Amino acid sequence: MSKFMLRMTGIALAAFALSPGAHAQAPIKIGSPLAVTGGASFLGDPELKTLQLYIEKINGEGGVLGRKLELVSYDDGGAPDKAIGFTKRLIEEDKVDIIVGGSTTGATMAMVPLVEKAGIPFISLAGAVVIIEPVKKWVFKTPHTDRMAAEKVFEDMKKRGLTKIGLLSENSGFGQSGKKEALAVAGKYGIQIVAEEMYGPKDADVTTQLTKIKNTAGVQAIFVFGFGSGPAVVTKNIGQLGITLPHYESHGVASEEYIKLSGKAAEGVRLPAAALLVAEVLPNSDPQKPVVMGYSKTYKDRYKQDVSTFGGHAYDGLMIAVAAFKRAGSTDPAKVRDAIEQTRGFIGTGGVVNMSATDHMGLDLSAFRMLEIRNGTWTLAK
Amino acid sequence: MGRFRGLAALALIIALLPLALPNNYYYDVAIRIGMNAIIVVGLNLLIGYAGQISLGHAGFVGLGAYASAVLSSRFGWPPLAAMLFGMAAVGVIAFVVARPILRLRGHYLAMATLGLGIIIYMVLVNESAWTGGNDGMSVRPFSLLGLTLASERAWYWVTGAVLLGAILLANNIVDSPVGRALRAVHGSEVAAQVAGIDTTRYKVRVFVLSAVFASAVGSMMAHYLGFVSPQVSSFFHSIELVTMVVVGGMASTYGAVLGAAILTTLPQLLATFEGYEMITFGLILMLTVIFLPRGLLPTIAARLRKAG
Amino acid sequence: MLSQTLQYLFSGLTNGAIYALSALGFSLIYNASGVINFAQGEFIMLGGVAAVLLTSAGVPLPLAILLAVLMVAVVGLLLEKFAIEPAGDADVVSLIIITIGASIFLQGVAQVVFGKGQRALAPFTGDAPIVIAGASLLPQSLWMIGTGAVIVLVLAWFFGRTRLGKAMLATAHNRLAARLVGINTRHVLALSFVISAALGAIAGVVSAPITLTSYDVGIMVGLKGFVAATLGGLGSGVGAVVGGLILGLMEALAAGYISSAYKDAVPFALIILILFFMPRGLFGARVTERV
Repeated sequence: MSKFMLRMTGIALAAFALSPGAHAQAPIKIGSPLAVTGGASFLGDPELKTLQLYIEKINGEGGVLGRKLELVSYDDGGAPDKAIGFTKRLIEEDKVDIIVGGSTTGATMAMVPLVEKAGIPFISLAGAVVIIEPVKKWVFKTPHTDRMAAEKVFEDMKKRGLTKIGLLSENSGFGQSGKKEALAVAGKYGIQIVAEEMYGPKDADVTTQLTKIKNTAGVQAIFVFGFGSGPAVVTKNIGQLGITLPHYESHGVASEEYIKLSGKAAEGVRLPAAALLVAEVLPNSDPQKPVVMGYSKTYKDRYKQDVSTFGGHAYDGLMIAVAAFKRAGSTDPAKVRDAIEQTRGFIGTGGVVNMSATDHMGLDLSAFRMLEIRNGTWTLAK
Repeated sequence: MGRFRGLAALALIIALLPLALPNNYYYDVAIRIGMNAIIVVGLNLLIGYAGQISLGHAGFVGLGAYASAVLSSRFGWPPLAAMLFGMAAVGVIAFVVARPILRLRGHYLAMATLGLGIIIYMVLVNESAWTGGNDGMSVRPFSLLGLTLASERAWYWVTGAVLLGAILLANNIVDSPVGRALRAVHGSEVAAQVAGIDTTRYKVRVFVLSAVFASAVGSMMAHYLGFVSPQVSSFFHSIELVTMVVVGGMASTYGAVLGAAILTTLPQLLATFEGYEMITFGLILMLTVIFLPRGLLPTIAARLRKAG
Repeated sequence: MLSQTLQYLFSGLTNGAIYALSALGFSLIYNASGVINFAQGEFIMLGGVAAVLLTSAGVPLPLAILLAVLMVAVVGLLLEKFAIEPAGDADVVSLIIITIGASIFLQGVAQVVFGKGQRALAPFTGDAPIVIAGASLLPQSLWMIGTGAVIVLVLAWFFGRTRLGKAMLATAHNRLAARLVGINTRHVLALSFVISAALGAIAGVVSAPITLTSYDVGIMVGLKGFVAATLGGLGSGVGAVVGGLILGLMEALAAGYISSAYKDAVPFALIILILFFMPRGLFGARVTERV
């Protein structure tokens, strides 16, 4: 076994020697454990593509602080125990200067104690509130929280006079975290959840749960919390059952794929999402317009794929990190951390970011736009 | 192989390995190998010696991990007490289901154990008030008599010691009359029964023992990582564990250790291959079983013997 | 209330039809070779994925279906030739590992070729729901149930009336004796994989408009198909279909009347209970093990 380990070490060293680190100045290393495969790959895949694309771009423009950027990314499959192993590897072996990654809340929360102990700035790409509440010294995040998504939806319902709703959540990390937050903030907006059902991410038919919600006395709207193919099946089933209740989705379906999969049934669906999805229809006066148009075009040109907000979160994370390196004038972890915390008025794909010592995300509800699907495309809801 | 020669050799490797471990990341990989090896040594008793498949052993790992996590972090139990409680509870569960389950053969047994594992996984996911659901929960460090086990180095020695203990126990069972009975079961159950051996009793005993091994490692992992998520009890993890047994060599305790070492290190090497890691992993699984049906270590040992 | 119960039944039939088709594939291979093919779910996935790729490349749907089924049948043949046959008389555990390896491998290939996204196949005959007594059913569900019924009839004819089919049954019953009466058992084994793969592909194609398709769609369908096949009794064709439908209905009723959070646990809890009390499933043969 020892021989085996020695050989492993040899391979690792060889790989290290081959890596493009032989420049005059060592590159700035960005570590990135991402859920590139597995159930959360819809997050990790666009995140990795975005990081690769923009690091290449930044290097082409001369790098940061006169040094090149180097991405060290590992696929954790969304599993926290793997994320822990790879984070140790990034800190101890690769000696990265910053970590931008952690696609899922579970992976991020598992990584938190390690980065806190090592004192390395960490910008998470995961959703839940617990990541930044309470504030952790070295931990930041770019995506909107599930709680904000629920709040945005409830705000819109309240405006339309909808108070009794059915909540249909997916039996996945994303759906269950969303359900928890939705239940927690419903009262604040005077929303009563009169029916609560769940479905599986790969279910072929959800008409049973929808029938139960439909037949609940007094229900006025349906709120679905899930991502990927699940919500598309739900949406089709809503069409099949001829349910005409107002239908809300979460930011989890904020990709073109959802409209394509759901077809006609998606007409009239409302959901909260970042400005990125509606780049074209934003008014020219919108400060985010140039940023989201730029990202959207660059990504589509390179990968011939539609953008999703998740790739946008990685873009924001990377750009916040780069700006912090520049402001700090070095890669000294403590200085970079302080610089990240001082991020003010940064315009990203997710919104305008204003961080502070008590807010390590820096987004408010205005970062979310209420979208409505009209004629098979996204429009800003009135 | 002599009974204690192998054990001494492994102890020597464990003692000397730190010389080749440059930093905590390598310690981390070594610890994971050791922990997986403990589970696999137990599972190998069941699969390799008793000829009974289990596609749900990750469920037992999960139960142990969450017993430690929930009892120590939510109810303030001392970690050792939580761990022992987990092992006892898993032992009882395994004992209760063992008789009806082990009465089944081949694919029916595979189905029942698979179902058991998946049900445990779903309970851990759904009872989020206790378990934190899909996102998992933090676990406080292991402490005993005021001493806290926190560093990788400390965990390395603890894991190494537990592994040696587990192997000692396994070897004793393999070489005992019980073990000989077990091997008889693998060959022919009817023949063993005709010879007056209560095969079911032995199979139950091994099933319970392997489940308790898995639970103990679950607890250790929870405290070592400081975090648990339902993924520890996923179907895929059960498959990984069985694969370690098969690749290393069925009915070979040290083969099981080798299998754990290879399949724990492999994902580390494949981690940067992005889309191709599944293809590679799948191929390795198929090729090993097809071309080295007895597993790595027994095949190598046989070659060496022939050559020498 | 009637319409509500009827809707649960429709939902259960839709899901059950997929499980039944998946279970048939398990039973077929098990019958001919004694192997439980954990890659059966991947045949279903590949069928759907191939059909989507072909139609989006402009191939008309009927031709795309035919090509998809042929392609997957070839994959089945390759799997048997290069993975199952070389393993020879390996034991149950080894064969399970080989097919699980194949399953992971096929998923990996599909992920690289198809990407990680989800795509839908257009429904064969529109998606205007059929409303019966207040409950609605998609025309595609009827396609699935109908296809399942046709396949069962064809298989019954094949095994009951044709020489080849009888040869396969004979091989399943006693391989050595089959060889002695001049049956090429090797070909029979290969054939069982080809038929099963084609069957999986058909299931994948007819269900793709409803389930949508992606590289990882086969895992759960495969596992539940295995449950359904075991429920009906491994190796029994009728058992597989009945097992699949029971499973789908139980799930829907559990989601409707008990808890939608635990509905996915229902099949597995059910199968454990059944096995405890009826170790060979509902329709399994009461054979004694040969020593």
